[in-house]
Amino acid sequence: MNGIPLLTTITVLPLIGAAIALLSGRHARLVALVTTIVALALALMVWTKLPVDGSIGLVERAVWAPSLGIEYHLGVDALGALMLVLSAVVTLMSVDAAHRAHHQPGLFFALVLLLESGLFGTFTALNFYHWFLFWELSLIPAFFLIKLWGGPKRGPAATQFFVYTMAGSVALLISFLAVFLSTGSMDFVDLAAQAANGTLAQAVTAHLGPVMLWLAIGVLAGFAVKVPLAPFHTWLPAAYAEAPSPVTMLLTGTMSKMGVYGLLRIALPLFGPQIAQMRTPLLVLAVVTVVMGAWAAAAQTDLKRVFAYSSVNHLGYCMLGIFAVAVPSANAAVETSQAAALNGVILQMFNHGVTAAALFWFIAMMQERSGGERGINDFGGLRKPAPVLAGLMGIVLFSSLGLPGLNGFVGEFLIFRGVFTLSWISATVSVLGLLVTAAVILTVIQKVFSGPVPERWAGFADLHGGERLAMVPVIGLMLLLGLLPQLVLGSVNATVMNLLAHWRF
Amino acid sequence: MLAWTIYLSFAGAALEALLPRRNAALARGLALLVALAGLAIAVLGFAAGGANHFARAVIADVPWVPSMGIRFTLAADGISLVLVLLTGLAAVAGVLFSWNIELRTNEFFAFYLALIGGVYGVFLSGDLFLLFVFYEIAIVPKYFLIAIWGSTRREYGAMKLALYSFVGSAMVLIGLLAAYARSGGHSTGLVELAAYAHAGALPVSFQMWAFPLVFVGFGILAGMWPFHTWAPTGHVAAPTAASMLLAGVVMKLGAYGCLRVAMGLFPRGMDPWGFSFIGIGSWRDVFAILAVIGIVYGALAALAQSDFKFVIGYSSVSHMGFVLLGLMTLSAVNTIGATGAVLQMFSHGVIAGLLFAIVGRIVYERTHTRDLAELEKMHLSRRLPFAAWAFVVAGIASMGLPGFSGFVAELQVLVGSWKADPWWTGAAGVGIVVGVAYTWRALQKAFFSDTHANLREVEAEHKHPLAPITWPEVTGVVMLTAASLIVGLYPRILLDAIEPAVKALAGGMQ
Repeated sequence: MNGIPLLTTITVLPLIGAAIALLSGRHARLVALVTTIVALALALMVWTKLPVDGSIGLVERAVWAPSLGIEYHLGVDALGALMLVLSAVVTLMSVDAAHRAHHQPGLFFALVLLLESGLFGTFTALNFYHWFLFWELSLIPAFFLIKLWGGPKRGPAATQFFVYTMAGSVALLISFLAVFLSTGSMDFVDLAAQAANGTLAQAVTAHLGPVMLWLAIGVLAGFAVKVPLAPFHTWLPAAYAEAPSPVTMLLTGTMSKMGVYGLLRIALPLFGPQIAQMRTPLLVLAVVTVVMGAWAAAAQTDLKRVFAYSSVNHLGYCMLGIFAVAVPSANAAVETSQAAALNGVILQMFNHGVTAAALFWFIAMMQERSGGERGINDFGGLRKPAPVLAGLMGIVLFSSLGLPGLNGFVGEFLIFRGVFTLSWISATVSVLGLLVTAAVILTVIQKVFSGPVPERWAGFADLHGGERLAMVPVIGLMLLLGLLPQLVLGSVNATVMNLLAHWRF
Repeated sequence: MLAWTIYLSFAGAALEALLPRRNAALARGLALLVALAGLAIAVLGFAAGGANHFARAVIADVPWVPSMGIRFTLAADGISLVLVLLTGLAAVAGVLFSWNIELRTNEFFAFYLALIGGVYGVFLSGDLFLLFVFYEIAIVPKYFLIAIWGSTRREYGAMKLALYSFVGSAMVLIGLLAAYARSGGHSTGLVELAAYAHAGALPVSFQMWAFPLVFVGFGILAGMWPFHTWAPTGHVAAPTAASMLLAGVVMKLGAYGCLRVAMGLFPRGMDPWGFSFIGIGSWRDVFAILAVIGIVYGALAALAQSDFKFVIGYSSVSHMGFVLLGLMTLSAVNTIGATGAVLQMFSHGVIAGLLFAIVGRIVYERTHTRDLAELEKMHLSRRLPFAAWAFVVAGIASMGLPGFSGFVAELQVLVGSWKADPWWTGAAGVGIVVGVAYTWRALQKAFFSDTHANLREVEAEHKHPLAPITWPEVTGVVMLTAASLIVGLYPRILLDAIEPAVKALAGGMQ
């Protein structure tokens, strides 16, 4: 740790930034930009300081409220650190995209920074209380960002988002209350160790009877809503479509990852055997998410809804990988596949976050230029008046499609590589999702960028210098991770091996 | 030193009554000074108690009616210190939110400070008789505060509150006199009486009937279902500062009496009866079930209200249900629930005060309506952003989201009740979910409605802007929010005081 508590600093920084942004009115965006750039630098610093063996490092511990099992306990492994970097990148992109003069900019950027702090806290906490505090902290600003700055139907969309997520949180809370009552601990590391040697299930059964499966379902429900997993996804299209695009970037790029992260950090370590028991129905749900997401995207005409459903589809692959992993490791082939799938899941989390955020960034740019239009049929031939926008967005679209050489490919490839061995049938059916997604994205490219230019878009402004500058590093990152995935996979693989060594199914 | 909270408040009340009637500024200045002095003493007393590991300390002890063994005893343990601290906070906040009272200002603050003095007195009494005297003193000013300065149906609200309070007092008095007589009439000291009870001087059969009598007597003031109906009407009728004190500290008097007197003097009254009827086998079960009903009923009633202040009034019934439920889990092996109950007293005192201040003072005084349907058309999030965001924070705290005091308190109560009977926990959990719903409903309707303003409305709003937020309002909101946040983020600050005191009380239980 050598001196500076890095994880505390990175969590508190956006809170301070939020307070300053709130007071600085018209200059709030500048404050937010500075804060998120420093946060990104800190997140990268965290990434470089990870332990080599993939275990949890940069640990900070302090006494908090011992009688309730509450302890200040922070730490990250490659999974947590990668999520920190992702949150920092996406929030920076979001602040960048929000350069149109919003009403009440001070409040807007304060809420965005509050949300960022919630993300950082969630990805670093190792004690349930602390984790839950930040989990909820991210929900409140997201609600108000949709409610106050959203589109015409923002009211119902925000309420639906809030009610669904809150219901999931209550299920989570009840499950953890039961775990705490049985074990007297709220510490993720401690509980994971108890789960690994079987004492967790014994303690719960001794105190509360045979409810372990129900507790697992409660925890899964909380995360399934957030990711989302079908059939808990119905809040998502409305929320993504009604939220202003910079906020949609945060919702899809980072908040959906909170759910996947929760499954990896909490659900699998603590409830491995129960998830293994429910593996078949869960895999069915994951496959449904993949296929349904892709088909639903194909049926949409609103670009934001297209990419909203496409996000459901992409996160479905993460679900697929996670649930497929939940089998007792019988032999070396299974273990290799588990490792491949998990590497893929973690990589996919990062890649989808960056790619989806970039897509909504481009939609924000297009809406700005078209006076708010975003229907798939409203545009046409944009590559002539706006070649740079078309070219760069094309790269991002191909990354979303999973073209080899770009970041999207590696994660999905690894997931399929693992899942084929672990559950060939779900992998096979999910390929359908890949095909439909490809068709959807090619349709978007065709309808928006090709064909004759409608008269009203003849003067469609291309990306200007600042906007190009903002997107170049992001697209560079996509290429870099597509060509040299080892940059991330080295640390991620160490963590995956560490996780798998401790999980019991 | 802590005794001065009582003396100063009463002296302040007397002084206020003597002040010239026309000088409102002088009256409020004096009230603020007295309240601040009380808070400062409470904070210092709490710190001094902390240095002493929150052991019970006798502050004053002189003979009063020697022939009856009655002494003027003031004493404080951790529970008293926490509640004295709450009273100090609520008193200062109440003065700040009464800054706009122009009608008979000095009389208002005279009653106000007398009420505060009585409340300090109850929390610090070490003698049963003295406690009862202070308890009665606190009822009278409440009546006048509501009847003179109140709003909606104020005479009805004031009378209902006074009658309920007196019925409760009568029940308490019978129980106290019986306990005094049965224990031989040597002393009315709380510690001495408790020692008799533990030594067996008060037989279990006696405790079995004295306990429910005194518990219900105090429980009425704590908003115990089905004797809670005074609370919503009283809260709504009262002027803002009085609703803040009613919900913030006066309801805590009842809960404190339940804990200190009913449970402290008649611990065996909670023993099993020896038979059970549909799963209910002791007074503990009876009162816990009433508490759970209060939690759920209060929340559902809050969800159905159209008057903003009634929403908060019923939410108090629901939150006080957690206090009573937590108390009913106390046993020699299970102290976490009652610890949570005391923390919830503090937490609810702060949060309910804040909610009533926002609804009754900040919003109502400007909009002159509390009807949610009316407020829905007023676009208050734009016109009163400070009130809107203050209510968001207070609402989050009231819902029991982590980070604020309510979460830790309710968590402890739930853990304690789970150890006693998991069914209670399940039912109380339903109350929490409904709590999220009614808070969010009120928040959306009152501040963040989706109705769009047309041009004429916007112009009208521009012509008649709402009065700007004043510094006492900002100070009060910040103070109460900070208190809830600090306790929520670092609960040990109070838990260290509460835990040993609750453990000491649990010593005589089975």
